[in-house]
Amino acid sequence: MTGDLLNLEGVTKSYASGGLLARKTFNAVDGVSFALDASRPEIFAIIGESGSGKTTLARMILNMVAASAGTIRFRGKALATIRGRRARLDFMRQVQPIFQNPYEAFNPLKRVDRYLYATARRLAGVGRRDVDRVCDEALRKVGLSLAEVRGRFPHELSGGQLQRTAIARALISSPALLVADEPVSMVDASLRMSIVELFKALRDELGVSIVYITHDLATAYHISDRIIIMQKGRVVEGGDARAVLDNPQHPYSKLLKSAVLSPDNAGTDAQVATDASDPHSVPVNIRTV
Amino acid sequence: MLKTVRDLFRYNLEFALGAILILIVFSFAAASFFSPYPPMDSYVVAPDVPPSWAYPFGTNSRGQDVFWQLTLAIRNSLLFGLSVALMSRILSLLIGLVAGYAGGITDRILMTINDTFVVIPLFPILVLFFFMMRDNMSWPMLAIAMASLGWPYDARLIRSVALSLRTREFTAMSVFSGMSTRQILVEEHLPYVLPIVFSTTLNNMNWSIGLEVTLSVIGFTNIETPTIGTMIYWANQHTAMVAGVWWWIFFPVVLVIMTFLGLYLLSVSMNEYIDPRSRLTRMGGQG
Amino acid sequence: MNARPRANGSADVMLDVKNLRAYYVTKYFGTQREVRAVDDISLRVGRNEIYGLAGESSSGKTTFIKTIAAAIRPPLTVVGGSIRYSFLDRDIYKLDRAALSAIRWRHLSYIPQGSMNVLNPVRRVRESFIDFALPHMDLRKQQFFAAIVAHLERLQLAPGVLDAYPHELSGGMRQRIAIALATVCRPDFIIADEPTTALDVVVQKSVLELIREAQREIGSSMIFVTHDMAVHANISDRLGIMYAGRLVEEAPTAEIFRSPKHPYTQHLIASLPRIGDLSAKRALTGAPPSLAEPPSGCRFHPRCPLAMDICRETHPELVTIDPRHRVACHAVSPVVRPDRVVAAAAKQRTGLVQ
Repeated sequence: MTGDLLNLEGVTKSYASGGLLARKTFNAVDGVSFALDASRPEIFAIIGESGSGKTTLARMILNMVAASAGTIRFRGKALATIRGRRARLDFMRQVQPIFQNPYEAFNPLKRVDRYLYATARRLAGVGRRDVDRVCDEALRKVGLSLAEVRGRFPHELSGGQLQRTAIARALISSPALLVADEPVSMVDASLRMSIVELFKALRDELGVSIVYITHDLATAYHISDRIIIMQKGRVVEGGDARAVLDNPQHPYSKLLKSAVLSPDNAGTDAQVATDASDPHSVPVNIRTV
Repeated sequence: MLKTVRDLFRYNLEFALGAILILIVFSFAAASFFSPYPPMDSYVVAPDVPPSWAYPFGTNSRGQDVFWQLTLAIRNSLLFGLSVALMSRILSLLIGLVAGYAGGITDRILMTINDTFVVIPLFPILVLFFFMMRDNMSWPMLAIAMASLGWPYDARLIRSVALSLRTREFTAMSVFSGMSTRQILVEEHLPYVLPIVFSTTLNNMNWSIGLEVTLSVIGFTNIETPTIGTMIYWANQHTAMVAGVWWWIFFPVVLVIMTFLGLYLLSVSMNEYIDPRSRLTRMGGQG
Repeated sequence: MNARPRANGSADVMLDVKNLRAYYVTKYFGTQREVRAVDDISLRVGRNEIYGLAGESSSGKTTFIKTIAAAIRPPLTVVGGSIRYSFLDRDIYKLDRAALSAIRWRHLSYIPQGSMNVLNPVRRVRESFIDFALPHMDLRKQQFFAAIVAHLERLQLAPGVLDAYPHELSGGMRQRIAIALATVCRPDFIIADEPTTALDVVVQKSVLELIREAQREIGSSMIFVTHDMAVHANISDRLGIMYAGRLVEEAPTAEIFRSPKHPYTQHLIASLPRIGDLSAKRALTGAPPSLAEPPSGCRFHPRCPLAMDICRETHPELVTIDPRHRVACHAVSPVVRPDRVVAAAAKQRTGLVQ
């Protein structure tokens, strides 16, 4: 147990819906368990579609919402026991988020550097004189420099630059774990893979573990060490990323993999619905899909 | 800032009109400092003189110069509106931002209080207040009373904005940057709320000046302090309209209408200018 | 198997866009700004063809389709060029309001990114069909519903959806209805704007199948816009790549994926992640340019691995290097560098051009 960086045991989050009489609860996340080893940094992918509970799970790992049942431990300490500003700051120093939409993650009315400075001063406890140097070092880890970012507003930077800045900010307090929720889905195609490759470099060079949440099997295959596949709050399959994605076992995992559009189909008969002779080959379930 | 005002003046007709009206009203109020005689003293001039070169707005039945009395009255009315607006802004900002950001039980308690204030009938309460205070009634007292009644609508408005700001990613980003709650509210969320605060300040001034006029006209305030409302009160006491001293009522009414119109136009045009979306467009972002 | 349609003979051209320029001209408190979102684009879409349009954010692809649909509003203005549809005897911007709404749905229809843009949230799906399709179909109500039910059945949608409210249906289902709505009048031309971007992976594939199915069934032409190259690989017949308001390359989809010529296209294709592929992906330097202040010469040159002096000075024309392949790049233009066509093709075989 002590060797775990992050440990989830039967984590469940349930929400109540409906009025007083017809009260229903549904489990957005249902009995999820997994652990990340502290001594071996890895990229752990959580794959799922919308409604799979992957974002709720991320918010629970970040201690932004509390689990309804089960325990989440970070370095052996249950997140539910974190109380008070000092304890929360101490947790945030070690666990940092990367958000989906870099344009949303920075206040559009504020300069981007203020979040870097705030993190350096308040989380990392850097003295006034060293702030610039610390921020610049963090930005250089992601291929930027303070000179490019200082004084800029979010709309003056590209989506890729912003997402790099967000990652640099998260790195300032030297966290052990990053939780990245769909970090590249809003980034332009020509810049997307550079962010994905950056995650790999963070793991290999800085020893940061990353929980990578995505719906995209191809990037997950590309960078993750282990994955879990979630459907309606439950983990349906998990294990070594390559093993699972090369040869999925669970019907849902198989369905997900078969739905991935391969770029290699261009101009071939594998393009969608080329089988026009038999229109009934594609059953469509109308209410459930 | 100066350039902004100049641009607004040039390209926004509402702003230009509103600014001119308010400028006239304010310079009128400023003129009160140059009054040749104490405006409250009675029988310093001949009573009931119609407007002339000597007395541009005429004199009233109490032997006061309407022009000079009006300068002091409008100054007091504006000061009153401004203080009510400022005090109630502080309340509505504090309550709205905290309720929206904290959510949960804090939000529910604050909004219950808020809604209680919304449904309280203002007018009877203020009349009751007058009867309780009687001789101690002064305009600072009335301003405090009205400020503590004038915040709930705007607090709810601010809360709704704060509520949506709370779920934005940059709020979570600020939390994970180690910012304190005060810092998030003041530095991250306040800029989004300011446009509302600006336009509601002007609206709130209109509301409080209007209510003060109403209360004064029927004599439920300290009638010794000259305001637009008390001027009309005294005119009515002397049956000015029946006696043909129309200028005693006409000029205060014109001035208060100019004030209302000017404040309204300014609030409309500034609202458009300060809106974060259009502000972003001007800054060159995708609004 | 199925002969892919070709857009060479003029009789088979359904849409002919020539030198189209559409700018956002904004005046805000005295400062005028001009954003050249669509700058000198010429392209043709053939009969029965799905023409894919790819590009990143701020590439001008959305502006382009807004412009060809004549659905523009100030500050967006058409500055020059012509847009001719085969079913119209004149430029679409020469039509008056009534004529324009007469061709909508009947001849020219639209599949939006979010189906809520066409489905009225407070009315049943049936009423949306009545609102949009009935005026264009010259049918009495009875026949009209029979036609709609038949159409839904061809698209394998249960007629029961007609009685549902949009919020009762899943996102995928709503998008299918938007497709049925866009195709029920059997239009000549369909404009699809990122129709699957908001959908989940599994649903996305079946919705793409439906679009393909419907397009084939009614035999219309289509412009399909998305930034997702993998989607293009699976649906488009021909592909146009946009960068910073200009068309930089155009060819049949298979050819684009097999031998892209423009360095930007090459990068897009090479950086696509695939399951089973673990090779490191290289990134382009820099960011997509601002359309308000585009770079001089070729708009891609600040990020281009092949940039030469000429790229900084003059804009490369879109030249035909192969009967069905056009590319706008000095480095591969047979006029400027005849040798580079061969060299680029050779390099492509070994991966991304450095």
